[in-house]
Amino acid sequence: MKIGLLIRLAVFLVLVALLIQPDLFQGFFALFARPTQPAIYNQGNLLDITISHLTIVAIAIALSTVVAVGLAILVTRPFGAEFLPVSRTIANVGQTFPPVAVLALAVPILGFGTAPTLIALFLYGLLPIFENTLTGLTTLPPNVIEAARGVGMTGRQRLMRVELPLALPVILAGIRLSTVIALATATIGSTVAARTLGEVIIAGLQSGNTAFVLQGGLIVGILAVLIYDALAGLERWLTARTGQKQAAAN
Amino acid sequence: MIEIEDIVKSYNGTTVVDHISLTIPPRTMSVIVGTSGSGKTTLMRMINRLVEPTAGTIRIDGEDIRDVPAHELRRRIGYAIQGHGLFPHWTVAQNIATVPKLLGWEKSKIEARVDELLGLFQLDPAQFRNRMPHELSGGQQQRIGVARALAAGPNILLMDEPFGALDPLIRAKAQEDLLAIQRKLGTTIVLVTHDMEEAIHLGDRIAVMDKGKLLQYAEPAEIIVNPATPFVADLIGTSDRPFRLLSLTRVGDHVETGTATGSPIAADASLRDAYSDLLWSGRTAAPVTRDGQAIGIITLAACARMAARPQ
Repeated sequence: MKIGLLIRLAVFLVLVALLIQPDLFQGFFALFARPTQPAIYNQGNLLDITISHLTIVAIAIALSTVVAVGLAILVTRPFGAEFLPVSRTIANVGQTFPPVAVLALAVPILGFGTAPTLIALFLYGLLPIFENTLTGLTTLPPNVIEAARGVGMTGRQRLMRVELPLALPVILAGIRLSTVIALATATIGSTVAARTLGEVIIAGLQSGNTAFVLQGGLIVGILAVLIYDALAGLERWLTARTGQKQAAAN
Repeated sequence: MIEIEDIVKSYNGTTVVDHISLTIPPRTMSVIVGTSGSGKTTLMRMINRLVEPTAGTIRIDGEDIRDVPAHELRRRIGYAIQGHGLFPHWTVAQNIATVPKLLGWEKSKIEARVDELLGLFQLDPAQFRNRMPHELSGGQQQRIGVARALAAGPNILLMDEPFGALDPLIRAKAQEDLLAIQRKLGTTIVLVTHDMEEAIHLGDRIAVMDKGKLLQYAEPAEIIVNPATPFVADLIGTSDRPFRLLSLTRVGDHVETGTATGSPIAADASLRDAYSDLLWSGRTAAPVTRDGQAIGIITLAACARMAARPQ
């Protein structure tokens, strides 16, 4: 545990250093660039690009969460049960549609920029969150739900006070999955002029500069690992608090 | 008082509760006994509208329960189930406070009530208030489950196999606690069990159910002595009849004058316990004490007399 914490801290510090003082890594990245090429990305501030990247992902996943959790709640209520198959299909289609295709289709309508990327990430994030919320809400311990009815909670009170809090670890697992997918997929957004870390990678590919590709990839990778790890830790904490067994997620 | 009048419940043409009428007097404990699938739980769950009857009426203190919204009705009726059903993400105090909170009690009143109930169930408030349910033993969880059911001071308490998940020693203790609490609070209790022994031990009245029908609703002694059908007789068990009868009577009611030697028997012990003690110690009589004072003796002959079928 202690070693794990040290490693996490070290990785985080490397990331911060890379974003604030990239010149510190000049020597390392020079190994991957031709002598005539700059070793450190010079067409924009890495920190700003990263913040923009994270913002796009955060907005998209927040929207996915609201819609997916909302849908899952709806179809697990008695009146919404008949919409269960339909909503599953919608979420599945969102997942099978390649993000690049979404971008290509969205650009003529929304123009270049952030919007098409947001939509692609939003659609892509729906399924894991929806499926996990569904699992979480339909596998609650029956005697706890029985007790919630028996003490006189209304349907809404049962949902807000018992069902959602108990399903939270499983829902979080879905959000974690979607977030990590979105962090990686967001790089494609740069092809339609969204400001993401894909910009750094594409610049590297265009000029044949491996150092740029590596920088973009490395930052995305570290972000994904750290966020995945933090959310997984939060799930473990929530699960342990209620003495539940680790719920099967994803 | 709970009046159940000609109540029917069917699911897709299968009748699980078949025209049952019975009246549960206030401040008593009525036990519904039956095998699984007898409809006993369904019958009980219709009292707090967890199940809506297909036909018939249930009245509580004269009021038709359909005149009250189901969730409001349930807040007035305590409900304790097998495996306690505690909310695993809430502390013991939060669990007990569930109904008072739904009823909008003041915070200070809720806190005082939680501590009072923990005390009533012999759990130290300071030690248990902030524990999570999974940190408790089975017996403690069960007690918190009942404490939660009693939190808002309901007149009626419904219990569905409340001791089913407990091991025998803890179960006996839990039954004694329930009897003591019922006597103290005067709550009307309806308890469902498959265990006739438990029913005879706890019930002021016993309702025996089989295949959706009410076979007999009477006091324990009546059920033992005059079972209405062979099925009821089977549930009691013919070879156990005398002992079940003895278990209904207290030693204190059959004390004779005289002296006897050996360890004394408490006056509030059952005759069954006294009989067993006498046989085991090879005595024909034993001294009886009440609150440490000798009040006479209990004899083997008296026990045997009481065990015989009343004429």
